[in-house]
Amino acid sequence: MPTFVRTEKCDGCKGQDRTACMYICPHNLMKLDKDGSETGHAMKAFNQEPEQCWECYSCVKICPQGAIEARHYADIVPLGGSVQPMRGSDSIMWTIKFRNGTMKRFKFPIRTTPEGSIDPYDGKPEADLAKISDNGFFHTANGFRAGDSSELIKA
Amino acid sequence: MSEVGTFGNPELIEEEVDILMIGGGMANCGAAFEIMPWAKQAEKELGRELKIKLVDKAALDRSGAVAQGLSAINTYIGSEQDPADYARMVSNDLMGITRDDLAYDLGRHVDESVHMFEEWGLPIWKTDENGERHDGAQGLTPLAEGGKPVRSGRWQIMINGESYKWIVAEAAKKALGIDRIQERIFIVKLVNDKNDSNRIAGAAGFSVRENKIYVYKAKAVLLAAGGCVNLFRPRSVGEGTGRAWYPVWNAGSTYSMAAEAGAELTMMENRFVPTRFKDGYGPVGAWFLLFKAKATNAYGENYMASNAEMLDDYLPYGKAAVPASCLRNHLMLKEMKEGRGPIFMDTVTALANLRETLSPREVKHLEAEAWEDFLDMCVGQCGVWVGENIEPDKKNSELMPTEPYLLGSHSGCCGIWVSGPTDVGAPNEETEAGIPDHLPSGWNWGYRSMTTVSGLFTAGDGVGASGHKFSSGSHAEGRICAKSMVKYVIDNKDYVVELDTSAEELAADIMQPVKTFLEHKDYSTAIDVNPNYITPKMLQFRLQKIMDEYVAGVATYYTTNNRMLEIAEEKLTFLKEDAMKMRAKDLHELLRAWENYHRILTAEAHMKHIEFREESRYPGFYYRTDKNFIDEENWKCFVNSIYDKSTHTWTCFKRAHVDLVDKSKLFK
Ligand SMILES: Cc1cc2nc3c(=O)[nH]c(=O)nc-3n(C[C@H](O)[C@H](O)[C@H](O)COP(=O)(O)OP(=O)(O)OC[C@H]3O[C@@H](n4cnc5c(N)ncnc54)[C@H](O)[C@@H]3O)c2cc1C
Ligand code: SF4
Ligand code: SF4
Repeated sequence: MPTFVRTEKCDGCKGQDRTACMYICPHNLMKLDKDGSETGHAMKAFNQEPEQCWECYSCVKICPQGAIEARHYADIVPLGGSVQPMRGSDSIMWTIKFRNGTMKRFKFPIRTTPEGSIDPYDGKPEADLAKISDNGFFHTANGFRAGDSSELIKA
Repeated sequence: MSEVGTFGNPELIEEEVDILMIGGGMANCGAAFEIMPWAKQAEKELGRELKIKLVDKAALDRSGAVAQGLSAINTYIGSEQDPADYARMVSNDLMGITRDDLAYDLGRHVDESVHMFEEWGLPIWKTDENGERHDGAQGLTPLAEGGKPVRSGRWQIMINGESYKWIVAEAAKKALGIDRIQERIFIVKLVNDKNDSNRIAGAAGFSVRENKIYVYKAKAVLLAAGGCVNLFRPRSVGEGTGRAWYPVWNAGSTYSMAAEAGAELTMMENRFVPTRFKDGYGPVGAWFLLFKAKATNAYGENYMASNAEMLDDYLPYGKAAVPASCLRNHLMLKEMKEGRGPIFMDTVTALANLRETLSPREVKHLEAEAWEDFLDMCVGQCGVWVGENIEPDKKNSELMPTEPYLLGSHSGCCGIWVSGPTDVGAPNEETEAGIPDHLPSGWNWGYRSMTTVSGLFTAGDGVGASGHKFSSGSHAEGRICAKSMVKYVIDNKDYVVELDTSAEELAADIMQPVKTFLEHKDYSTAIDVNPNYITPKMLQFRLQKIMDEYVAGVATYYTTNNRMLEIAEEKLTFLKEDAMKMRAKDLHELLRAWENYHRILTAEAHMKHIEFREESRYPGFYYRTDKNFIDEENWKCFVNSIYDKSTHTWTCFKRAHVDLVDKSKLFK
C-alpha cells in the first residue's frame, strides 16, 4: 500500500526546509518536489520509491494537513478500500472502508502520559560506580528476576 | 564544480567521541537511557566529560522495526516464571542451539525495561480481580506494583502500542539530550585501530540530507542497526515488494559491518521464515494464542494434528509441548507441496466459538482487538482485508510462509558472538578444534556484550545464538551494553585510538558510487542502462534472484544442496565484484547502494554457513536435500565465522554447545 499525497491538501509544510513527512519516513521515501520538476507539482511532497514503502503509516500519521493516504499495493490488492488514521495526543482513530462500502471505525489509546512529558531520571537514584560490573541496572523498577539458582546446572 | 559541500565533493567532518552508538532502534534507545547515569559517575574517574554520540539513518521517533508500533510485548517474564524457563523456551524454538547464558541473563533483566515503558506512558492491558480484560488506558495498577498483564501467550503481554517507538524514543532523546543525537546519518563501515587490528577505532558514513561525510573516532562502538530484510526475492512482484514482514529498511548493516571489522559471527545459517497472513504479512500470534484459532489446509483439516507423526523424525525437538516454529512450518509445507493448499487461518470458527462464551459487549471488544492487532503493527494487512472484503467472522484468510529473514532478536538467532555473563556456569574453555588462534575461548572473555573485537559491542538483532528477546529484550540488552561500555572506556582511558585508514580515504570509498556515476553518466542516453555501472536497484534484484533460486528461497520451497550452494557462491562473487561499480545519482541512491552492499555480505555469510553446516537443522525454514536430517552427533554445535576483508574470504568453524539449564523438562 504505497502512500500518495493529495495535491489539493499538501502545502509543502509551508516551505520549511524539512517537511514532516521527509523527517519521519524510516526509509527515506518522502521527498519535497521544490520546483515541480519531478511531479509537475511544485512545493508538494511525493513518495519517490513506492515499491519500497513498508506502509508503516508514519508519514500518514504525522502530516499536519492530512494530505497523505495509502492506496493498497496495486499488484496485490483490489482497488476501492481505504484505511485512514487520525492520530491525536492520547488516542488514534481509524476509519476503515471496504471495497464493498462497509465502514468500520475504531479508536485506541496510544499513550497514558502527555506527549513530551517524560522525565527519564525523575525520582531515580544516581548510578553507583561500584556496581558497574554487577547484574541489574542503575536503578530497579521492581523487574529484576534473580532466578532460582538450582535451575542452573553448573553455577 | 569542486565546491565543498556539493554532491560530487562533500564536506568531510571528523569527530572524536568516547562512545558511538549506531542505530536508534529499541536496543540503542535502551542504551541511551541507561548510559547517562553511569557516564556521569565516570566523569569523576576520567576527570572529564564522557563524549557520547548516537547516529541513526532515520528519525528515532519512528526508526527500526517498531516504527509502526506493536500490539504486544513478546518478552515479559513476570514474577511467576523463572529466567531458566525462558532460556529453555528460546532453546527449544531454535532447535537446541542457543547460548543459555545470554538468554538467561536477558530473562533476568528484561522486565526492568517493560516497567519503564509503562512509567513513560505505554498503555499495557490488564486483567482485573474478576478476570476481565481492560485496555491500557484504564489506569489499573502498574506491572511494577503487581498489576496483572493480559497474557496472549506464556511470554507475551498485550499493549496498545501504536506509539511504542515514539514513547521509547522520547525517553532516549530526553536522556541523551538532542546534542548527542544525529539523525539521517548512514554508517557505511567501521574502522579498526591502526596499532591493534582487533580493536575498534571508529566508523564512517554520510548524511542522507546534506553533502557531508562523517568520520567518527570512538573508543567503544555499540552497533545495533537491526537485522536483514530483502536479501531474498520477496513473494510480491511490483509495488508490493516493499511489503516485507520485517522492516524493509533493515539491510544487514549490523552483520556486514561487524564482519568487515573482523568480529566473529555466529549461527548465520539460521533464518526466520514466518508464517503470516498471505500478502499483507499480518501477525498471527494473537489469532493462535488469544483467539484460539486453528490453521487448516484447503479442505478444512487441521494439519498439525494429521501430520503430527512427522514430528517424530526430529526427536527430541518433535516431542516438545510447543513444537519449534520451523517444525510447524515443516508440517504446513507438506500440505502445500502435496497440493492441499492454500492454508487458511480459520477465523470464522474461532470467533464463533468465542461468541458462545462471551457477552455481546465483549464480542464487540473482541472484534476491535482483532483489528487493532493489525492496525498497531501491520496496517498493510488491513489494506488486504478491506480490498478483498474480508471480515474475519465471515471469511477465512489465507496463510503463507514468507521469504526468509535474517535476525537475532525475533524468532531467529543469527548474529554476532558476544561475551556473556560470568555467574551462570558458562564454559571458559573451548573443546572444538579449528578455531582461529586470535579468537577467545569460552563464552565470557571480556566485557559483557562485547564482540570478539575490542571495544565493539552489539545488542538486539546483533547478538547471535540467543533470539526471542523482541522489543523489550532488545531494549534491555542495549542497557546491558551501556554499562559495559562505560566500564570499558574507564578501563581504557589512556589508550588512544587511531584510525587504520585516513578520513580522506574513507570518504573516497564512500563516495565511489557517486564518482562512478558522474564519470560515466553521459556515456549512454538512458541513465539506468550503462555498461560502466549498475544501479542499486538492479544489484538488489540480482542478489534476490541468486538467493531465491540457489540458497533455499521460496522458488525451491526452501531447499538447496551443496551444488546449488557452489553456484550461489560463484554468482555472489561476481555480484560482490560488481558492487564496486554501484552508481549513485543522488544521496538517496547512495543510501540504497550501501544498504545493498550490506545485504550482499550478509547473504554471503548466510550461504557460507548453510554450506558448512552439513545437516538441515531448521526443517521448515530450509532443507539441504543432500543432508536432509538433523545430525545431533556432529552438528549440535555453533557454527561461527570470521571474514577477512583484505582477501574477501570467510572462514567457518565449530564451537561447542553446552546446556546451562536442564532441557529435558521440555520434552514429553
Ligand atoms: C513485523 C514485526 C512484528 C514484531 N512484533 C513484535 C511484537 O509483537 N512484540 C515484540 O516485543 N517485538 C516484536 N517485534 C520485534 C522488535 O521490533 C525487534 O526485536 C526490535 O525492534 C529489535 O531492536 P533493534 O534495536 O535490534 O533493531 P531496530 O529496532 O530495528 O533498530 C535498528 C536501527 O538501526 C538503524 N540503522 C540501520 N542501519 C543503519 C546504518 N547503517 N547506519 C545508521 N543507522 C542504521 C535503523 O534506522 C534503526 O534505528 C516485531 C518486529 C517486526 C518487524
Ligand atoms: S507532511 Fe503533509 S503537508 Fe507536509 S510536505 Fe508532507 S504531505 Fe505535504
Ligand atoms: S508509509 Fe512508511 S515507508 Fe511508506 S512512505 Fe510513509 S513513512 Fe515511508
